[in-house]
Amino acid sequence: MKEHGMSLPVKRITRITVALIFFYGLYIAIHGHLSPGGGFAGGVIFALSMIHIVLAFGRENTMKVLSGAAASMLESAGALAFLLIALGGVFAGAFFLNFLPEGEPFSLFSAGTIVFSNMAIFVKVGAGLFAVFLVMALLRTDDSVQNNEGEDR
Amino acid sequence: MIPVFVIIPLACAFVIPLVAKKYEVLAPAVAGVGSFLLLVFSIWSIFLLGGDGHVVYEVGNWQPPVGIPMVVDGLSVLMLLVVNVTGFLSLVYSVPYMKKFTSARYYYTLFALLLAGLNGVVISGDLFNLFIFVEITAIASYALVAFGTERQELEAAFRYAVLGTLASAAILLGIGLAYSHTSTLNLADMAEVLSAEGAGGVVIPFVTVLFVAGFGLKAALVPFHSWLPDAHPAAPAPISAMLSGVVIKTIGVYALVRVLFNVFGMTQATTDVLIWLGIISMAVGVLLAIGQWDFKRLLAYHSISQIGYVVFGIGLGTPLGIAGGLFHLFNHSLFKSLLFLNAGSVEQAAGTRKLDELGGLSEKMPVTSWTSLVASLSIAGVPPLCGFWSKLIIIIAAFQAGHVIGAVVCIGTGIITLASFLKVQRYAFFMRKGEVKDFIKEAPLLMQISMVALAVLCVLVGILFVPFLSEVIQPATDVLLRGTGAFADFNLLGV
Repeated sequence: MKEHGMSLPVKRITRITVALIFFYGLYIAIHGHLSPGGGFAGGVIFALSMIHIVLAFGRENTMKVLSGAAASMLESAGALAFLLIALGGVFAGAFFLNFLPEGEPFSLFSAGTIVFSNMAIFVKVGAGLFAVFLVMALLRTDDSVQNNEGEDR
Repeated sequence: MIPVFVIIPLACAFVIPLVAKKYEVLAPAVAGVGSFLLLVFSIWSIFLLGGDGHVVYEVGNWQPPVGIPMVVDGLSVLMLLVVNVTGFLSLVYSVPYMKKFTSARYYYTLFALLLAGLNGVVISGDLFNLFIFVEITAIASYALVAFGTERQELEAAFRYAVLGTLASAAILLGIGLAYSHTSTLNLADMAEVLSAEGAGGVVIPFVTVLFVAGFGLKAALVPFHSWLPDAHPAAPAPISAMLSGVVIKTIGVYALVRVLFNVFGMTQATTDVLIWLGIISMAVGVLLAIGQWDFKRLLAYHSISQIGYVVFGIGLGTPLGIAGGLFHLFNHSLFKSLLFLNAGSVEQAAGTRKLDELGGLSEKMPVTSWTSLVASLSIAGVPPLCGFWSKLIIIIAAFQAGHVIGAVVCIGTGIITLASFLKVQRYAFFMRKGEVKDFIKEAPLLMQISMVALAVLCVLVGILFVPFLSEVIQPATDVLLRGTGAFADFNLLGV
């Protein structure tokens, strides 16, 4: 069976760094209401961690973890979740109303719906950006096959 | 309940990719139900306006000018009708038409996003939000123009995207400058700040130039029109109908007119610019249309010319001129989208849209033929169809305003338009040239229904133009006539 991706040392290191990058993205998203960053920035970092896996292990292996179709579904689900949070406000009084208790300023569990909106954006942006990268990685012309000599990147 | 106009299409756009992968039939069903609801709500919005003529919704209960308001007034109601009537009927038409395309579910997702953007532009009471919805509309339409993914479509979409992005950059620069000058993005608040400041600054005239160029490109006024004759014919027929019937008016004419009249206030210079852009668009559009033999391309050039009428009428600035311009905007959305739908069913049946290769279709396709006759007579301004009244009002208004050149160009353009559509009728439908091919047959039922509905609307609006003018056009005209004071009575609630 053909080996996908880069050499063994790269794969070893990637196993460690990917988790770090992923959790950093999650951290940025969860602390969106407290520090710079938020759902969008966190989502981009999440997508970067997935792209890291594609580069090191090849896209065939990555697609077993998160396929393009699944990423597309996740993206829609994230957007829908964001809309539902905004809709929840309608039943409490106004579109996008922050209907949850705001809590103590500067503590992690505060800011009501903003945390959940950030998580929805995190999923949407992360999955969406990864899906875009996957589409670009899947599209290859005859030229690129020749240059890479069939190697999967 | 103003946010429904954004909530419904966005929910459709996000639900379709989730459910339609497994059950392909759910995509048109979800989009159809959504756009039907939008149509119902937009008709209901006519009766929503109370005595003061507008409804304001504060998103998230944030008070303006900090919060982002959604506003429905007379002009918004007119535009909501334009968007959602054509939107719903184009979507009905799409159901049989899009069967030949693969992954049609993406088409319905993009269509729902297009509707979300268009409705959002119309109800936005905030300059930056208006820009965001303009971009949603524009990006959805770039993708929809390229939906066929053939060489010609990709090229047209690429050109459209490049020029559209340039326009957006100009608009964004203008918004940035206006924001730094007035320290607010709320349309009502900005109007108040600017009228308190009075005339004489240099920032707002410069922003006006940026907006005229940016929104003028989106509206395909003549010096900025070069993308339209490629982009509109390349799209699938229902999208051509949406682009020509609705998109250029909403993200072009409506956005420009709303900002110029209600926020910046009209000056003699902007009036002249609008009038002359209108006159040039009318004349150049129709002259370029004469030589066209591609059915959809011919219609696209006529869109430029008809948008000229709209901008000329509104630019006159008199009550009658504005009423005529807005009435023509509504009528054009009916008959131009109907003509594009006709062109789509002709292309689907005959396999070509070259007028000189068609002929004798009236026998095989009676519904398409008759509805296109109604639309052709409407656009050419034959009484008692809707296009006649709006052109008549614009011409009378031009004479009253003392703009004889404009009035003469209006009349001349009308005559050439009539000639051009007689050509369409003769070559495509009535003249028999040899045997009519056997495989040509009438369009599927749903396509017929939406074409007939638009034709009936053309006739009804033409016959019942007096109540229509007083119920829908008059409140919209009033909003523009009130100028920068239009927002004054609901500005700064509680601030």
